[in-house]
Amino acid sequence: MSVATSRPSAPLAIRKGQRRWIESLMHAALWLCAAASVFTTVGIVLILLVESLQFFSQVSVVEFLTGTTWAPHADPPRFGILPLACGTFLVAGGSALLAIPLGLGAAIYLSEYASPGVRDVLKPVLEILAGIPSVVFGYLAIVFISPIVRGVFPQADIFNALNASIVVAIMILPMIVSLSEDVLRSVPRTLREGAYALGATKLDVTVGVVVPAALSGIMASFLLAIARAVGETMAVALAAGRLPQLTLNPLDSIQTMTAYIVETSKGDTPRGTLGYQTIFAVGLTLFLSTLALNVLAQWILKHMREKYE
Amino acid sequence: MIGANRNGRPYAKAASAVFAYACALCAFASIAILSLLLWQMLSYSWGWLDWQFLTSFDSQLSPRKAGVLAALVGSLYLIGLTTLLAVPIGVGAAIYLEEYAQRSPWRGLVQTNIANLAGVPSIVYGILGLGLFVRGMKMGAGVLAGALTLTLVILPIVILASQEALRAVPSTIRQASYALGATRWQTVWHQLLPAALPGIMTGVILALSRALGEAAPLVAIGAAGFVMFVPQGINDKFTALPLQIYNWTENANEEFRVHVAAAGIIVLLAMLICLNATAVFLRYRFGKRIRW
Repeated sequence: MSVATSRPSAPLAIRKGQRRWIESLMHAALWLCAAASVFTTVGIVLILLVESLQFFSQVSVVEFLTGTTWAPHADPPRFGILPLACGTFLVAGGSALLAIPLGLGAAIYLSEYASPGVRDVLKPVLEILAGIPSVVFGYLAIVFISPIVRGVFPQADIFNALNASIVVAIMILPMIVSLSEDVLRSVPRTLREGAYALGATKLDVTVGVVVPAALSGIMASFLLAIARAVGETMAVALAAGRLPQLTLNPLDSIQTMTAYIVETSKGDTPRGTLGYQTIFAVGLTLFLSTLALNVLAQWILKHMREKYE
Repeated sequence: MIGANRNGRPYAKAASAVFAYACALCAFASIAILSLLLWQMLSYSWGWLDWQFLTSFDSQLSPRKAGVLAALVGSLYLIGLTTLLAVPIGVGAAIYLEEYAQRSPWRGLVQTNIANLAGVPSIVYGILGLGLFVRGMKMGAGVLAGALTLTLVILPIVILASQEALRAVPSTIRQASYALGATRWQTVWHQLLPAALPGIMTGVILALSRALGEAAPLVAIGAAGFVMFVPQGINDKFTALPLQIYNWTENANEEFRVHVAAAGIIVLLAMLICLNATAVFLRYRFGKRIRW
């Protein structure tokens, strides 16, 4: 690695001037790159707000937030987002119920029990799992999971919320495992050894000392995973159905906010109509929900963290 | 509980062992189930994934004639353009934040903003792409609009990974470079970037694999579902592998839904494996050279 030097033959004044020019040019260019991320946020907020305002000039916010029927193409159209929100809640909640115990168990195993050899195999496998595209899980849900679910519960629809919850649980699992494992491993050894010295078993140490010590990070990983489940799109659009209804029965066919946006974008709703404008209003609701979950997770990480030094 | 008398808890040891096995089961069960499903899928694609499949366009009616050509080429175009857009901007932003920006509220704000952008669902980026590129700039739902949208999706990942790689370069390298009279940009270009390159490339490739598998933003910008041609220019209509797989999986015809879709998924996964193998190779090849 050689340190760059200008050619010695060039006159000093020119070299300095040229250098300063390049320096300020690069500074400005790099500043622009960093600003691009800010522009992205501004763009998201502006577009969602402007288009949603047009929508809300025709549909009252109260009707949108409290209406129990979502039928944008009916006559007269009804725009109550509760059925879509309920569908999202059902899928995200169901997948969290499945993935959180499994994910936490796997994280504890990797951090406290697994030998380095096993961990070296399992961690890359989890990374691979995290890299499988959403649409592949949609396929798995329809072709493999749905027949199994209907075998166990004959009254279930072909497309149902449980289907979607199961595949979304598999999708968010790697996230819970790797984030939780990181915080579990960062609990200092001295805490564990102190507990062992007091006669605790490995179970006592893990459940009574290590997990509580890492609790803020574990909670944050749950919230981030739930945020991911709320925003999960293709798998849910394929697996959960297209029927926006207000139900908490996981065997029913439902529709989530994300799946509604996909259906409307793919369909031939004419642009500029109220029915088309709905995707921005639903998008805004989705954006605010995931943002709230992410901000809460970051807040927990920042303020609730136990410090050991 | 802790420190309790052993004799008072006759099952403590057994409970501890059961817990250990339960945790191990959690770790292995999900992986086992997924491998089983993927194996099943591989068997469904058997006999369908052949040369004809790779070199034909989609077919509306006959599953045996359907192919993945338009989607494959579309995905390659899309990833190529996304790389050209996302890498310079993302790495540039990381360099600015790590090497140029002073500790200030502005920098903290940008950093928080990037962390939050990483958590925004990809379909929301699709809505942004629809409003900004497709309609605002009147690009239509072409390859360029798709690539720009995917760039926005992966930009936070590229920035965060590059920042991490730059942070891992020891500060002694910077100090030595400045002490020899190098300017800030010379230090970045000749010292920091070469040293951080393996880390940056790994992050970039992970981000690109994410972009390769994304269908939601492309659906939202209105990318065409049924395409019988290969895109010629950057504003041509296109389809991509995940989009094509979605359409097949949605098809009422069972041969499309089960077999053709499985063959498409295998092609997509094969591309992802190639990308990730490149990442591992690059990390190995360039990672060795650096010794501090």
